[in-house]
Amino acid sequence: MIFKRPFFWVILAVSALFAVLPLKGNNVDLREGLILGAVSIILATNLNLMIGYTGYVNFGNIVSYGLGGYIGVYLVASRGWPLVAAAVAAGVAASLFALLLGLAILHLRGAYFALATIGILEAMKAFVSNFGPWGKAAGIYLPFDVYQSLGGPMQALWTTYFLVIVVMGLSLLLSYVIKISKFGLGLFAIRENEDAAIVLGVRTSLYKAMIYGISSFFPAVAGAFIFFKSGTIEPMQAFDLTLSIEAIVMMMLGGQGTVTGAALGAFLYEELRGYLLTSPALSNFHLVIAGGLLLLIVLFAPAGLMGWVYRSVPRLRRYLE
Amino acid sequence: MSGVMASLIDGLLLGAVYGLAAMGLSLIWGVMDVINLTHGATIALGMFALYLLCGSFTVSPYLLLLPILAGGFLLGVIIYWIAVHRVVGQSQLMSLLSTFAVNMVIIGLGTTVWGTSPYNINFSVPGFSLGRYTFTGNHLLAGLAAVLIAGALHLVLYRTRMGKAIRAVADNRDAAELMGVPSARILMAAFGIGIALAGASGGLVATLFPFTILSGGAYELKSFVVTVLAGLGNPFGALLAGILLGLLEGAVTPFIAVSWIPAIEFGLFVLALVLFPRGLFSTTRSA
Repeated sequence: MIFKRPFFWVILAVSALFAVLPLKGNNVDLREGLILGAVSIILATNLNLMIGYTGYVNFGNIVSYGLGGYIGVYLVASRGWPLVAAAVAAGVAASLFALLLGLAILHLRGAYFALATIGILEAMKAFVSNFGPWGKAAGIYLPFDVYQSLGGPMQALWTTYFLVIVVMGLSLLLSYVIKISKFGLGLFAIRENEDAAIVLGVRTSLYKAMIYGISSFFPAVAGAFIFFKSGTIEPMQAFDLTLSIEAIVMMMLGGQGTVTGAALGAFLYEELRGYLLTSPALSNFHLVIAGGLLLLIVLFAPAGLMGWVYRSVPRLRRYLE
Repeated sequence: MSGVMASLIDGLLLGAVYGLAAMGLSLIWGVMDVINLTHGATIALGMFALYLLCGSFTVSPYLLLLPILAGGFLLGVIIYWIAVHRVVGQSQLMSLLSTFAVNMVIIGLGTTVWGTSPYNINFSVPGFSLGRYTFTGNHLLAGLAAVLIAGALHLVLYRTRMGKAIRAVADNRDAAELMGVPSARILMAAFGIGIALAGASGGLVATLFPFTILSGGAYELKSFVVTVLAGLGNPFGALLAGILLGLLEGAVTPFIAVSWIPAIEFGLFVLALVLFPRGLFSTTRSA
């Protein structure tokens, strides 16, 4: 049973901490900081399913986030759907889209797949920039009264915050459940040696398409919540290649292939970026510092933070997956 | 009809510049299996290099491409030793990330120095007219310069000892090393040449359009499209595919809104990857 595993309770405790901390004294600043951290954790954790588990470099991971945001905002703004239903619909739609796309492009390997995902991201951005019902390049603005159904704008911000934390907790759980399942073992086999995996009876095409679809679900749901919260969505911001690659940086920083690593890396990177962006002397420099950091990790510590943790305290392997 | 013709010629000339940019990417890919994500940033640096050189010297911008080529080579050598040397031969993710890290550093520094408002090099060469349409000399000379530089690369690769070594290392690094080729230095040279080509193409683009430090990104993506159409690691195929892409842009521009072009290009790109993973000009059958 999953309830007997210590890591399950770690995930639950971390999520609960995220939910409770800003409540104390109605701390809005903390909440806004944590929601950015939570979104980073969602993106990095789900990306980890593709890169860390399966070994497929996906530069287009942000497509599901942006697409989910668009579908969610569109359903709420133009069709009058309630927020949660719209977000789940966005998640399902983005997953199906990824699944079908995956069946088509996942027979490409290595660099070819990585390039195809860049192509998909740019094609998507260009398509949405021209798509009439979604407001073309100007995007969609939510009318102010959609927040009334959630008890006014102030309350709506809190509600979306808790929803995002739920998505974060579920993402971490999903990552963990996959890691200890037979499905996860199949993915690791694909990562280590795809041809050998085929010989051993892993249905690689199906597995790859499934993980591509699955890893698109929660980013899409989170995208719907986040863009609902900001009240506006436009293509450049929804399909941002830089954010996509920053998610890879986060995952590498913490340690690819581990649940804790991806989440920790995401949180630390987000905090660092927040600090650099707000400090007046360094705000222009945040890309330089993030780039330098990434270079150092790739060249000298490719296993990330968790690689170091596992080496220094091997016992922790049992508790932090 | 002459409108379509004019648009096609324009596309052809611009396509040669795309091709030149893609040649740099393709050469590096072919020789060391590295997808160089600093490509866009170095194209942008080429633009600014030309801008700065034009400000200090009063000679033709096309002559100034020579120092840009030399500077690009030097920059490529530096980037190679800092970020690429250690990850050559490792998993693709490593080289993708290390080159992207350098890209972030260059973009960050560039944004700090030049900001993101557009720059412009002010000069124009008289052109010729075709019916109601006029071609600027800038486009003609840019296309010509791109083809000339591509020709020079051909000479280097097929007529010099270093070129022979580069081709040998691309073919089989271990075998080349056994024959006494210093493969690390050859990889360095190939990376330098790739960056030099990217910088020169950036310089040429700067003679045509206004630019910012972020402008390189669009040309990097076009270079991906071109490289994939040509087949990864096929620099001269890249020149052809670049021209093809330019012609395609020229052919569709009169009929549909310009903003749709990227959607078509990248759709085509993904299709080409899936259907012709070894490129349109490959002689071997695809896997």
